[in-house]
Amino acid sequence: MSLVFAGICSHAPGITGRAERADPELREGLYSNFNKMRLAIEATKPDALVVIGAEHFANFFMDNMPAFCMGMAENYYGPIEDENWLNIKRHKIPGNPELSEQLITMIMEDIDLAYAQEWKFDHGIMVPLNFLTPDYQLDIIPVNINCQGPPLTPLHRAWKFGQALRKACDKIPERIAVVGTGGISHWPATPDSGKINEQWDRDFLEKWKNNNAEALLSYKDEDVYQDGGQGGFEIRTFISVAGACEGNTGEIWFYAPIPIYAVGCTIGSMNLSKS
Amino acid sequence: MSLYYVQKLIYNLNRDPDLVFKFQEDMTGVLAQYELTTAEMDAIRKPDIGLLYVSGVNGQLLMHYAALREYEWDDYIQAMKDGLKKYGNVKAGYYSRTGGGAV
Ligand SMILES: [Fe+2]
Repeated sequence: MSLVFAGICSHAPGITGRAERADPELREGLYSNFNKMRLAIEATKPDALVVIGAEHFANFFMDNMPAFCMGMAENYYGPIEDENWLNIKRHKIPGNPELSEQLITMIMEDIDLAYAQEWKFDHGIMVPLNFLTPDYQLDIIPVNINCQGPPLTPLHRAWKFGQALRKACDKIPERIAVVGTGGISHWPATPDSGKINEQWDRDFLEKWKNNNAEALLSYKDEDVYQDGGQGGFEIRTFISVAGACEGNTGEIWFYAPIPIYAVGCTIGSMNLSKS
Repeated sequence: MSLYYVQKLIYNLNRDPDLVFKFQEDMTGVLAQYELTTAEMDAIRKPDIGLLYVSGVNGQLLMHYAALREYEWDDYIQAMKDGLKKYGNVKAGYYSRTGGGAV
């Protein structure tokens, strides 16, 4: 088996862009758990990190919106946003087109997957990379799930994508780490930015931790919108990671609502020992 | 109403520094290349962030346009709140639902 690490994390732009405005203790808690995740990923000596993200109209728009897209580029660039706004310097990020092609070819057997040989990362991928691969040395393979432009990718398809990714990883010798990144409840970039439904978040994370497919896939978009806001649609990325780790359970390393970051900041991982 | 093209313009501005340069030099010329109503062009030109928000521009796009027009984060949030007061509820899109107020 070649899936060596599977985790989840937040990616809200405030985490770096408005870093100083949070309660320092909470910020430290979040940052140190990002660091813990970096060390955990490094310890597994991965050949590549697959980042399952939910981007925000940096590359994909309603003129041609894929339900799923995977990168197949030699290099990526990011952040697409203003460097000062996000407080992350622009970088060239190494890809791995051969490995991408192998994975895409296998995943396509199960999922209608788009691919992209150009991709400018937005905060949805850059904020995690800023903490997880700060030297930009590890090959990155980005994945996008449409969580922004309705009709959105159905949850059960996000799960299936995770399964297909796992199946593909199991067939190759390369060591793959995967991180799903999204928010749980949040109302980002609205007048109510900063509102977080902590109870709803904790309830979701409990289901994620137990890797309870039935519970995770029973969410309805209308309810997610009501209880978790438009940012809540990003649970698709966490659900994909759970799908990739079917049969395993996980742990939540950190969860805290940090209003100025506009999201309940989350770091967690699946325990792959039973695979 | 051509919300799609309002958003398309902002999407393009986010991706293309050359377009930003052109936009700053000749806003009218750039706007003319999109199917926009006069009211939309005015809202973009001014900019009336509150009106763009109420018209349904997705916040993930709008926050960058606000930043491009030199709105600080708190001013951007305030502009949307002012828009709600002045123009009523958001008319379209997923960014209409507010969470009931917080920071
Ligand atoms: Fe997001």
